[in-house]
Amino acid sequence: MTNSINEMDDADLFIVTGSNTTEQHPLIGTRVVNAVERGAKLILMDPREIPLARYAHIHLRQNIGTDVAVLNGMMNVIIEEGLLDKEYVDTRTEGFEALKNTVSKYSPRVVEQISGVDASDLVEAARLYAGTKKAMILYAMGITQHTTGTDNVKTVANLSMLTGHFGFPSVGVNPLRGQNNVQGACDMGGLPVVYSGYQKVDDPAVKKKFEDAWGVTDLNDKPGLTITTMMKAAEKGDLKALYIMGENPMLSDPDLGHIELSLSNLDFLIVQDIFMSETAKLADVVLPAACFAEKTGTYSNTERRVQIAHKAVDPPGLARSDWEIIQDISNRAGYPMNYANTTEIMAEINKVTPSYAGITHSRLEKVFGLQWPCPNEEHPGTAFLHKDKFTKGLGTFLPCDFKPLAEVPDSEYDFILTTGRVYYQFHTGTMTRKIDILEREAPKALIEIHPDDAKRLGIRNNDLVEVSSRRGTIRLKAEVTPRVPRKVVFSTFHFSETPVNLLTNAAHDPVSGIPEYKGCAVKIRRIA
Amino acid sequence: MAKVSTICPFCGCGCNFYLVLDEGKITGIEPRPNNPVNKGMLCAKGWNSHEFIDSPQRLKTPLVRKNGVLTETTWDEALDLVTSKLSSIRDTFGSNSLAFLSSAKVTNEENYLLMKLARAVFKTNNVDHCARL
Repeated sequence: MTNSINEMDDADLFIVTGSNTTEQHPLIGTRVVNAVERGAKLILMDPREIPLARYAHIHLRQNIGTDVAVLNGMMNVIIEEGLLDKEYVDTRTEGFEALKNTVSKYSPRVVEQISGVDASDLVEAARLYAGTKKAMILYAMGITQHTTGTDNVKTVANLSMLTGHFGFPSVGVNPLRGQNNVQGACDMGGLPVVYSGYQKVDDPAVKKKFEDAWGVTDLNDKPGLTITTMMKAAEKGDLKALYIMGENPMLSDPDLGHIELSLSNLDFLIVQDIFMSETAKLADVVLPAACFAEKTGTYSNTERRVQIAHKAVDPPGLARSDWEIIQDISNRAGYPMNYANTTEIMAEINKVTPSYAGITHSRLEKVFGLQWPCPNEEHPGTAFLHKDKFTKGLGTFLPCDFKPLAEVPDSEYDFILTTGRVYYQFHTGTMTRKIDILEREAPKALIEIHPDDAKRLGIRNNDLVEVSSRRGTIRLKAEVTPRVPRKVVFSTFHFSETPVNLLTNAAHDPVSGIPEYKGCAVKIRRIA
Repeated sequence: MAKVSTICPFCGCGCNFYLVLDEGKITGIEPRPNNPVNKGMLCAKGWNSHEFIDSPQRLKTPLVRKNGVLTETTWDEALDLVTSKLSSIRDTFGSNSLAFLSSAKVTNEENYLLMKLARAVFKTNNVDHCARL
């Protein structure tokens, strides 16, 4: 997030797009609901009638995968009607003419044709956002899990810059991160192109810095493979060994049939986890790890707040903390590591990571977290980014044109399948499905289908249906509901009995590598 | 009764709460009202997040595949095998025949260390995690 969760309490308007906030980030969703109840406005952009729709002043139910068109349409209106923040655009951004050229093609009528969003609703949403100073955009995987995910994000940023919504409290572009430490995993360099703090592996100065810090000589300066390309390399036989710490690609990745082929084709698969996940079952070695309650360390939340969690109990049996296992492997491989605890590891992170330099364990014991960038031990942390100027200098408009889904429906595969999560389960269910209360509330996946489509296909509530894509077939029960638009079906990927990712398309965004979970073509028929 | 402060293991909100211990066992969760993130509130997942810690299905022993079957073993045997396999594959096929997935579920310190293991020890940038998924 460019801004902070607490700033939501002062915002006067929210655009929530591609985020089922009350179900997936409940305590942030609560802030939105509370804000609406005290008089803030909510513009919701979501094809489904998610719970937040009840609170929305305007609900734009765009056709799946048409986000760029809708956002460009809002900017078209804002420029046509002179509602842009001209001083902000002149002094803090560059590339406005290119943006203007691109969005000039997206009049509300044209956008209505592409997206199904009513032109007058679009105009109203554009006027409302441009006319409200303290307006925050919140988004999640509905924006990023598309082959045009990077375009979607750029277009959200364009809209926000055009209207001067960056660099002060209660504004900004605020991605909501889906896992407790997905922000931290990125911050710590769990990415093929960067070390910790987003320092690029192909920058010679960075390479030298880490060689000196780590006492090694020949660090690799070629960017590595993303998870999606790793799977392809494994299938081809170029990748021989994979070490997976706390991840379950056998349920979370798209086109699971291919993932299983890829993992089976490896010479050696190591899985370190707290449960026997679908992925661990395929491993050559399974290493039992400690869970969050069994170790001390830090996690970085979606607003860049680094917080410390403490050990409460010992891990079960012979299970050990992930850091102890890694240290042992390193020592055996001839590179000595001698950390006594995670405090010592954090001290090293402080030294090599400028944005984390001031975030020490001893400080975190005294405060409720520190938000990076925090460049030294006196620094209070940073509640919102891009104050006075963008981190990179001028903010550059990066205009994008609308592109359709990688796989659009045809006469045979005539529905769009979109996927997500439900309130009571989490991700692949490795943890939540072991919790009786949550399992009682949501024990299985349903597939949501619109009443008009259901009637045509003779499908009633709880009928067993077969859903097929070009990649696979699953059977599950139907929920007939207007929550989904016509010709769209929705289901969740929590359940290994009904692995929805057998169906999804691995086609991914060329820059981010994120697959298009939010839309692929399927057909559906009643079984019983 | 003791209380230990922790961070919820589920979504990216980063809600704070206390794990409550009775005679060394986790018995429940107590809110931590003065923190700025969740101000003492939790969702249904957060309120029940201690329930899986004691699950009988937790992995407790290292396992190594022998004759096709995952078989209980010692840490020494498991880690010797891991190290020798990673090293020999690297020596035969090069560093980029190895890949590492770090985790959106473990601590910053552990993610940093896995990244360091991949880069400093095995000399590959094939490091990623499920942020994309």
